[in-house]
Amino acid sequence: MPFGNTHNNFKLNYSVEDEFPDLTKHNNHMAKVLTQEMYAKLRDKQTPTGFTVDDVIQTGVDNPGHPFIMTVGCVAGDEESYEVFKDLLDPVISDRHGGYKATDKHKTDLNFENLKGGDDLDPNYVLSSRVRTGRSIKGYALPPHNSRGERRAVEKLSVEALNSLDGEFKGKYYPLKSMTDAEQEQLIADHFLFDKPVSPLLLGAGMARDWPDARGIWHNENKTFLVWVNEEDHLRVISMQKGGNMKEVFKRFCVGLQRIEEIFKKHNHGFMWNQHLGFILTCPSNLGTGLRGGVHVKLPKLSTHAKFEEILNRLRLQKRGTGGVDTASVGGVFDISNADRIGSSEVDQVQCVVDGVKLMVEMEKKLEKGESIDSMIPAQK
Amino acid sequence: MPFGNTHNQLKMNYIAEQEYPDLSQHNNHMAKVLTLEMYANLRDKQTPSGFTVDDVIQTGVDNPGHPFIMTVGCVAGDEETYEVFKDLLDPIIEDRHGGYKPTDKHKTDLNPDNLQGGDDLDPNYVLSSRVRTGRSIRSFCLPPHCSRGERRAIEGLSVEALGALDGDLKGKYYALKDMTEEEQQQLIDDHFLFDKPVSPLLLASGMARDWPDDNKTFLVWVNEEDHLRVISMQKGGNMKEVFTRFCTGLTKIEELFKEKGHEFMWNEHLGYVLTCPSNLGTGLRGGVHVKLPNLSKHEKFSEILKRLRLQKRGTGGVDTAAVGGVFDISNADRLGFSEVELVQMVVDGVKLLVEMEKRLEAGQSINDLMPEQK
Repeated sequence: MPFGNTHNNFKLNYSVEDEFPDLTKHNNHMAKVLTQEMYAKLRDKQTPTGFTVDDVIQTGVDNPGHPFIMTVGCVAGDEESYEVFKDLLDPVISDRHGGYKATDKHKTDLNFENLKGGDDLDPNYVLSSRVRTGRSIKGYALPPHNSRGERRAVEKLSVEALNSLDGEFKGKYYPLKSMTDAEQEQLIADHFLFDKPVSPLLLGAGMARDWPDARGIWHNENKTFLVWVNEEDHLRVISMQKGGNMKEVFKRFCVGLQRIEEIFKKHNHGFMWNQHLGFILTCPSNLGTGLRGGVHVKLPKLSTHAKFEEILNRLRLQKRGTGGVDTASVGGVFDISNADRIGSSEVDQVQCVVDGVKLMVEMEKKLEKGESIDSMIPAQK
Repeated sequence: MPFGNTHNQLKMNYIAEQEYPDLSQHNNHMAKVLTLEMYANLRDKQTPSGFTVDDVIQTGVDNPGHPFIMTVGCVAGDEETYEVFKDLLDPIIEDRHGGYKPTDKHKTDLNPDNLQGGDDLDPNYVLSSRVRTGRSIRSFCLPPHCSRGERRAIEGLSVEALGALDGDLKGKYYALKDMTEEEQQQLIDDHFLFDKPVSPLLLASGMARDWPDDNKTFLVWVNEEDHLRVISMQKGGNMKEVFTRFCTGLTKIEELFKEKGHEFMWNEHLGYVLTCPSNLGTGLRGGVHVKLPNLSKHEKFSEILKRLRLQKRGTGGVDTAAVGGVFDISNADRLGFSEVELVQMVVDGVKLLVEMEKRLEAGQSINDLMPEQK
């Protein structure tokens, strides 16, 4: 977001107390962690691209809390943010990611053959299956912070890389600014296109600047493999299709992702990754695998059961509405996906989804017949 | 907005063409003026507090155009913005303020005795009268750019100064963060509180209002779109009284700030310096809520307003639509005319508009009443 050169030093004319945000009405991860002492320590620092602690936290200051989800309340502006502001981000990461410690190592496993089953989720209930992740391109600032020049450079590089894909991945890039309103609406209705940013969580972090410049969507001819360019991350990679064959979705996901990575590496711009945090993304909630694998599934009975939340919890799954984050469910259809991102691999997380959804569909069927599901309640994974 | 130190330099790694915004879909004053060459000249500059050309224009890049009004598309982050980025802002000011040249001088006149008439606008039509202006406190950054510490300092100073008002101006300060949702909604309904930001054009950071006892006729907003917005208002059509209170209150407030060693941002060329270039000069918007159901449908309505140097808005203020034939009619100009001159235009203009409305009600023509271009 910031472009100024001297304003951070200017702020140092004011005492820490005068600059420390009022977080008394706040309920997000940042507000739980950021003390005045911590702020005092961090406020004169900046990353090499000039991202400061105020930039990190602004979205969390401006958005005190969310009715449905515990928001993170901070973002990274570049790869170095996670190092320069580790005093703040490590505890946020730990709290958000189930106690993940500053010394923990993360494992990456994109070998689809390691997934067991997943090709037979009942399509009468499981309407669609999808796996997404994000990738950041090393050497560029992230969406809260990049300039137009950087964002366009990311777009150019991405389009070059994607256009060299072939076979089932052969496709085309559609820049947002030359899409007609009708095309856009169709793609949103198909669940392919990202919304124009209206969420104050994203707006508060500066991710909508210069919209729609250098944003676009690339997809293959079958619309089963899509890449979003310059939304909340440099790249969002999505594999999806109707029905319950998660195995096929995940296979396409892994193969496509690895092909893309090879091409970026050839251009000397690999993805941001390290042993501790895995893949580096804009929001600390997406570190690790950055993977959200899930289904749209009909659970009208189970979703009104007293133990629904508890079951999801134990299965390490989360629910969202069918419009994605920040939306409500419609007609008993839920978006069910893995809750974890870091500390378990891609295969682990999709396995949770496959096994968990299989169980929930069985429970739904039982409840339809008026039978009890008490014997099926799972242990905590 | 910005807090970083080095990012402007980082952008210099990209050539001007790569950083220059795509303004092809845009229709605002900034987009009409900012060429690639101009951007190239300005992009490595910054004001002493670190405001850059990208900061100036970001709002205009993110908001390509507005259906009802030609927006400005840029803001100042501090007093020096108008100097450092004059290449961009002078032509915008000229275009927005009817040809006002970089060499022109602006006159300030806050003597209410110089206003003629204005105490007898027909209250059957004129529901309420209001005059507002803004003031910026010298040496602080403006709302698009100030840090929390600066904003709080402005609030602290303002509350002290306002707390020293007495007589019929004596009042109380209400901080936005201590207000309940109900209180906020009531104040919005009373037209005292600005709406929470629904207009994407405005950045609101917090607000408070200050009213003496039950009268609620003199209000100050702190840290909304400007450091201070000063408002005098009351029901009915006695604009003279409203303007008198306005001038008296404003002058007292300025004295109080000066006693504490703080002036308002002002210069001979631009008059009062405010966040949005559209509010330079007097920063004054004086107007009424007036019932014009017949006139507003007349084909010459817009032309009449233009000739009277007036503008219409909905009753929710900027960026809203009219409800029930009631319009907000106010002066169109800000710069190049004094406060007295602008309020005079409102008084004379609204008087005429009401006469026209009455004619149309009676089924009569208004052709003989058409005014000359002021």
